[in-house]
Amino acid sequence: MSDIHPGSAGLPQPVQNQSDYRAYDTSQGKQLFTQYNCVGCHFNGGGGIGPPLMDEQWIYGDSPENIYATIVEGRPNGMPSFREKIPDSQVWQLAAYVRSMSGQLRKDVEPGRNDDMNSRRSEQRTQEKKPQRTTPGSNR
Amino acid sequence: MTGGIQSALNPAGPNAGSLARLWWLMFYVNTAVYVLVMIALVIAIRKGRRQSDLNPVLTLSAQTETRRRNTVLSAVIVTTLVLFVFLIYSFSTGRSLTADIGQKNGLSIEVTGRQWWWEVRYNDVDASNIFTTANEIHIPVGVPVLFTLQGGDVIHSFWVPNLAGKKDLIPGKISTQWLQADKPGVYRGQCAEYCGLQHARMAFWIVADTPEQFIAWRQNQTQSSVPPSTDSQRRGQQVFLSSTCVMCHTINGTTAGSNFGPNLTHVGSRNTIAAATLSNTREHLARWIVDSQQFKPGNKMPQNNLGQDDLNALVDYLQSLK
Amino acid sequence: MSYYEAAQITDEELAAQMDRERAELERTWAPPKGLRGWFTDTDHKKIAIRYIVTAFIFFVFGGIEAALMRIQLARPDSHFLNPDLYNQIFTTHGTTMMFLFAVPIMTALGIYLVPLMIGARDVAFPRLNLYGYFVYLIGGILLYAGFLLNTGPDTGWFSYVPLAGPAFSPGKRVDIWAQMITFTEISALAGAIIIIGTIFKMRAPGMTLNRLPLFVWAQLVTSFMIIFAMPAVMLASSLLASDRLIDTHFFNPAEGGDAILYQHLFWFFGHPEVYIIFIPALGFISSIVAAFARTKIFGYTAMVLSLIATGFIGFGLWVHHMFATPIPQMGQSFFTAASMIISIPTGVQIFCWIATLWVGKLNIKTPLLFVLGFFAIFILGGLTGVMLASVPLDLQIHDTFFVVAHLHYVLIGGSVFPLFGAFYYWIPKWTGRMLSERLGRWNFALMFIGFNLVFFPMHQLGLNGMPRRVYTYLPESGWGTLNLIASIGAFILAIGVLVFVINFLWARRAGALAGDNPWAADTLEWSTSSPPQSYNFHNIPVVQGRYALWEAQPDAPVIRGLSTTKRETLVTSVLDAEPELRFDIPGPSIYPFLVALATAETFIVGIFTPWAFLVGAILTGAALTAWFFGDPNYDNRPARETPERSTPVSPPAELQPKEI
Repeated sequence: MSDIHPGSAGLPQPVQNQSDYRAYDTSQGKQLFTQYNCVGCHFNGGGGIGPPLMDEQWIYGDSPENIYATIVEGRPNGMPSFREKIPDSQVWQLAAYVRSMSGQLRKDVEPGRNDDMNSRRSEQRTQEKKPQRTTPGSNR
Repeated sequence: MTGGIQSALNPAGPNAGSLARLWWLMFYVNTAVYVLVMIALVIAIRKGRRQSDLNPVLTLSAQTETRRRNTVLSAVIVTTLVLFVFLIYSFSTGRSLTADIGQKNGLSIEVTGRQWWWEVRYNDVDASNIFTTANEIHIPVGVPVLFTLQGGDVIHSFWVPNLAGKKDLIPGKISTQWLQADKPGVYRGQCAEYCGLQHARMAFWIVADTPEQFIAWRQNQTQSSVPPSTDSQRRGQQVFLSSTCVMCHTINGTTAGSNFGPNLTHVGSRNTIAAATLSNTREHLARWIVDSQQFKPGNKMPQNNLGQDDLNALVDYLQSLK
Repeated sequence: MSYYEAAQITDEELAAQMDRERAELERTWAPPKGLRGWFTDTDHKKIAIRYIVTAFIFFVFGGIEAALMRIQLARPDSHFLNPDLYNQIFTTHGTTMMFLFAVPIMTALGIYLVPLMIGARDVAFPRLNLYGYFVYLIGGILLYAGFLLNTGPDTGWFSYVPLAGPAFSPGKRVDIWAQMITFTEISALAGAIIIIGTIFKMRAPGMTLNRLPLFVWAQLVTSFMIIFAMPAVMLASSLLASDRLIDTHFFNPAEGGDAILYQHLFWFFGHPEVYIIFIPALGFISSIVAAFARTKIFGYTAMVLSLIATGFIGFGLWVHHMFATPIPQMGQSFFTAASMIISIPTGVQIFCWIATLWVGKLNIKTPLLFVLGFFAIFILGGLTGVMLASVPLDLQIHDTFFVVAHLHYVLIGGSVFPLFGAFYYWIPKWTGRMLSERLGRWNFALMFIGFNLVFFPMHQLGLNGMPRRVYTYLPESGWGTLNLIASIGAFILAIGVLVFVINFLWARRAGALAGDNPWAADTLEWSTSSPPQSYNFHNIPVVQGRYALWEAQPDAPVIRGLSTTKRETLVTSVLDAEPELRFDIPGPSIYPFLVALATAETFIVGIFTPWAFLVGAILTGAALTAWFFGDPNYDNRPARETPERSTPVSPPAELQPKEI
């Protein structure tokens, strides 16, 4: 996600993800996370084949547009690209959910525990872990 | 107005038949009771209205008191006897519905309730006869079918009034129910436990086939999907495999293997789509794919922006999956 | 020779003394004034009127929600309401009617009338009464605030898990529902405790349990049912709230919980709940039938035992809401038997009332019309209930419009019609003005016809396969015609209720003055003025029969000697109402309101964080301490001990009887 272009570089505009403010969307994101098999590589946030998503390390940036890009474009070392496979509205829901896994969202928006075997605290009881190694322009 | 599809008073099988008999017994007896009590009330009112002096009546003759006591006592005894008859008939009907359930397995079907469609899996001892379909269940006439019901996400309820009473599908629990159709026909069922936004549009069909028809249908369902034969269908399959469809749906014989949404291997052979909400025509299929939210707002299938040619090809392909 | 004759007190002196005492009583029992007065007034009559008005407003809201639903369902594939809004509406309709209208209004009539019927000056715990009202009001406001902000609950009034659990109901919708439950249940429990205490310990001398009016028996049974049933739903809603907020697994099957546990807990409350709504109405009917058939209710003992039996058996029915679950059939059949048995005591009551009407002289006025409507409607509902009690038959009609028809027949026929009869009967007592008889007949006719038009077709709809809680249906189903009839009927019913409101407003200005006893009825409240004085009774009467005013002797004794300068009433024994002691009744106080605010903080902020409970506990503890240890004085009570409090009551020397 490079913002280099000729001429004066304005400050990059931070993107607001509407799904970050809606409990319905984060809850949908949580369901999609299982159903689109994100758990296959990222497990329940602890990582395994893929990197953990519930910690404070963000390789490609923690802002919503970074996460959107990660899902849509894919990343090196194994993250597939889901462009045209997952509709935009659902990608934003997933992005919101991913941020909620490290407690970045408001507590009343983050989902509660799911009706399954639980391997960790629910997102709404997860303490916020401040993201590190973020790219410029992310909104905090 | 007692007939009709999806009516409990139009039984097409032994289960629903014995329930309809129980209903009519209780209905006639209850009507008689109601009429008798209303007559008593009307007589009481007419007797009382002719009075003009309204001083309270505080003492009555011993004869009146005795007569009243005996009448009330008889009414209570009759009530109790009627209730006993109901109780015994009801209990024996219930026993006949659940007795020997383990042997009612001419056919064994597993139904999982999902928001807001029915996942149906035909079981068999021979693994090559097992297949999964959605929303449309075929059964052979005259054979008791054992349904194993499981909740997939929230509580649903499996109810086809023409054939049997309902049974809840509760997550974490397994229920069983058997039913049987005595004549060929198409019977509509509907989810009967509030399960969220589209509870109203979560229906299914049970198609009772003659034994030959059933065997043919089942044979077909166990096969893999029909490969595309025309260019349009080939293009349609490409569209399917390269867009969002493949994330949720399975078509046996292709790389699409997700079971989040209904299995589409033989979708062309079904009479309805969207859990018996729409008939399975080109028009409906196309509009459903592009904007399912228009028909079932809140359902889990997203909107899809497909170009007109892609959409036509996709519909061609899906309709070819018989 | 009477005491006053022996003391040679003339009639004029006696009258003057009575007037003096009455003036002092009015001062002592005067309600506090102004805005602060609204927050501190503990007069049971005022609080009951507030309950009734608030509950009636919720009834109208619930009716509007019903009208919206009927508009949506009048035609197939209607787009009047989207499914999300429809789901919020039917949930709010059920929740409003069951929790915010039915139980509070039934309790409220008890709170108003029970002290008057038993000859007491107030309820046993007036400040708890005020607290109960505020908690109820706050709970209702919470629910509607959520609804109007698009975060109303949308999972049904019963809110089953897993749909209402954290995974499938995101946001705070269900949490608002769960906490509102807690508010209304605290309020109901407060009301129940008050009524039991009042009935057991504050009856007028001579009113043995054997002479208790049937209305009071009904309130007593209901209050006991409330105490045993409410904790179950508080538990269900609290466990649900805890699953949603703090990751517990009570209802998570994957971690050892059970979705059916919720159903058991809810319905263990849910079934007695409908009897809690129904049994007070049985009390209204007994009062109205006695007054308008001009005779005693036949079979008093059988009636009382039937009330108690209904209350008791009502706790053994709850699984009949769960017949479609995989509970083994043998166990379910027990509940079939119980559900059928409970119709026997109710049948006894109905037969006894008919026997009463049979020999009575009928004064056909609006209250009696509503009671006759009760017979026609409730009995039909009870019979469909017996059908639903049968496990196999229930499997066809459970969760269909047949059940909707049944429940409205028994609840509206069994409770709302008697309630409207009670309004026409007792509003003259509460306001001092008679309602219009003509408008009353229109009211009854419109409600009766409208009600049957709405709900009778629903029996057929359910048998034709229409499930409950659906926001729409397909045209091919053929359900359109009956639904349209039902929707038309809904508007007729609504107009009927509107006629009642018009009648009430008209009567406030232009109704005939009621006088003490416009119906020449038998219970003690009709011996007070209309509306009663704030102190109810100047001299507590001594009761000489079950039908107090009809069986009173001409020179019936009264109790004299209760203080007129402080709020005092007589406490009597439980069984035989023999006087035991004089009891200081607490007066107006701001603490009930403050404790209600602390309760509100606990449960409303508790929707968002569990820390609210800690803060709330501290606040509630502090406010309760101030309440209990503060001075129960009221404004016009002298601050110091008066000689009168420490010396025995006796007439002044010049009035002592002289040796005869």
